[in-house]
Amino acid sequence: MTSPLRQPSEQPIALHERAMDDLRFIRGTMERAGSFTAVPGWGGVGMGVTALIAAPIAWQQPTPGRWLAVWLITALVAGIIAGGTMALKARRARVSLVTGPGRKFFLSFLPPLGVAVALTAALYAHGAVALLPGLWLLSYGAAVMTAGTFSVRAVPQMGIGFMVLGAAALATPAAWGDAWMAAGFGVLEIGFGLVIARRHGG
Amino acid sequence: MPRTQGRKKSRRESPVELDRVIHERVRLAIVSALAGADALSFNELKDLLGITDGNLSVHARRLEEAGFVTCEKSFVDRVPRTQYSLTAAGRAALDDYLNHMESLIRRVREG
Repeated sequence: MTSPLRQPSEQPIALHERAMDDLRFIRGTMERAGSFTAVPGWGGVGMGVTALIAAPIAWQQPTPGRWLAVWLITALVAGIIAGGTMALKARRARVSLVTGPGRKFFLSFLPPLGVAVALTAALYAHGAVALLPGLWLLSYGAAVMTAGTFSVRAVPQMGIGFMVLGAAALATPAAWGDAWMAAGFGVLEIGFGLVIARRHGG
Repeated sequence: MPRTQGRKKSRRESPVELDRVIHERVRLAIVSALAGADALSFNELKDLLGITDGNLSVHARRLEEAGFVTCEKSFVDRVPRTQYSLTAAGRAALDDYLNHMESLIRRVREG
């Protein structure tokens, strides 16, 4: 072998550059070949659990404002879980969240979520909170499905599942809203989280 | 091929041997590509790396013999399809290689 550490004294700089070049080459090749694999399976399970806890609490709230607050706090907690577990998984897999497939994933994921935020504010202002569970499930499903184009196959499949549940939520009585939220953000998220965790490294 | 069989049994015994397999540029590219994807077909790998059929065949075979990649042959709509994926040993070899490169860079930076 050509152990770099055994080379003459002027060699380390060249070898150091070669090592840097190799690392860039490996990273670039992985990014070109890869799908975004840092979607956190166990994070999905954690997010699902928060939704299952939140659904009965939200259902008991006497006013739309408090109901909305419960789900917004849940979304915040779920977002922290998702972000933390994704960062950990990405670091373990040595993939970047801000370049290559990771960047494409987020650029596809964020616009539908932005739409959901704007429509949530508008619908709440017009007193149409009954439509929010369907809107959230559809928007999150669209975000997951489009971003899933750059990820493993289970991710876009989960997005389709969310969109189906969102459509169902809009077509059924408003009182079922929290049940649809539990089904989507709870059960579906946990189910796909387990699949991703088992098949795609956590 | 006794040398290859020996590698399968004791892959981590000799970093010298490890480097010879994975350090070669095309083989490093194949292993890196497969580390970034679940699995890639022969044509996908060829297009991604921009190399010839013969070149890819030779280097993929070398990696297969070393136990770093697996090759599955099947038919999709009566068309033969060759699919490659990275083995646990291949992933570990890439990790070792990355660690080696990183430690080399660190040593130079630390003077």
